[in-house]
Amino acid sequence: MPDSTLVGLHHEEEHHPELLHHFADAQQQRDSASLGMWIFLGTEIMFFGGLFCAYLIYRRWYFGDFGAASKSINALLGATNTAVLICSSLTVVFAVWAAQTARRRLLIGSLVITMLLGLTFLGIKGVEYKEKFEEHHVPGPSFSFDHVPIPGHPDQYANPRHAQIFFSLYFIMTGLHALHMIIGLGLFAWLLFMAWKGRFTPEYHTPIEIGGLYWHFVDIVWIYLFPLLYLIDRHP
Amino acid sequence: MSENSKSSPLKMYFGIWAALLLGTFITYKVAFIDLGRFNAAVALIIATIKALLVALFFMHIKGAHEKLLKLVVISTVFFLFILLILSMADYGTRTWS
Repeated sequence: MPDSTLVGLHHEEEHHPELLHHFADAQQQRDSASLGMWIFLGTEIMFFGGLFCAYLIYRRWYFGDFGAASKSINALLGATNTAVLICSSLTVVFAVWAAQTARRRLLIGSLVITMLLGLTFLGIKGVEYKEKFEEHHVPGPSFSFDHVPIPGHPDQYANPRHAQIFFSLYFIMTGLHALHMIIGLGLFAWLLFMAWKGRFTPEYHTPIEIGGLYWHFVDIVWIYLFPLLYLIDRHP
Repeated sequence: MSENSKSSPLKMYFGIWAALLLGTFITYKVAFIDLGRFNAAVALIIATIKALLVALFFMHIKGAHEKLLKLVVISTVFFLFILLILSMADYGTRTWS
């Protein structure tokens, strides 16, 4: 018995240093990490799901008011931001592939471009928020949404109280999404630092894969936010 | 994590990227055409196709080794639908206002 224990210990010491002892092999360790991340993303989906549910209920109740309020947002900026996020998702899959195939320069380049695209997204978001502040469309004491016609009913004006609920949802949902982007940028800065130090190998690149899953999730949330907040009742 | 890691998946990634951009363009353009009540349906269907493309190919659900992963994803979507459908079955069918 003592002999076999010694043999076992010796065998384990030969493993990749990042392989933890309670996993059979690197593949199982990676799969477990992905599974854990997906469970976290499940809680995130439910978290955003509550906001989407609130949106659906109020959109039904204040249908025309929501249409009028949505029309005041710059849809072209929203569409541009969608394209920016889709491009950043492409650079993220490049980063994961580069880590799997030990291409260090592609990995670092992809991470840098992803972060630049993330910053571009936040910059465009800032321009959009600035427009809303200048138009007094931010919920609060200075909120103003008077004499805005309801789409399809030019003789009716939107109720400013109902429009304010749309803008509350707009700022909460896009604001929470932007917060996720900022956290993602922080994660990617750390990944870039680790990649720079050469920590990632084809055997061990779990942080890149997990960070990538997070980034794609934030992209998917935006894919739904874009049509629901920016594109309702746009047609003349 | 794809099984055929020997062949380069970059071509497929570019294809998905192009499809996502095309979907965004179509969503944007269709929003300015009057389809009546179908505007929202078209926008949400395209958004769901885009989300599926990202999840299956960019997040590697397709070709994942771990079968539990698919269970987690499907049950998450299931609970999300319980939240949305049961809530709307209530609020959507209230006739008083």
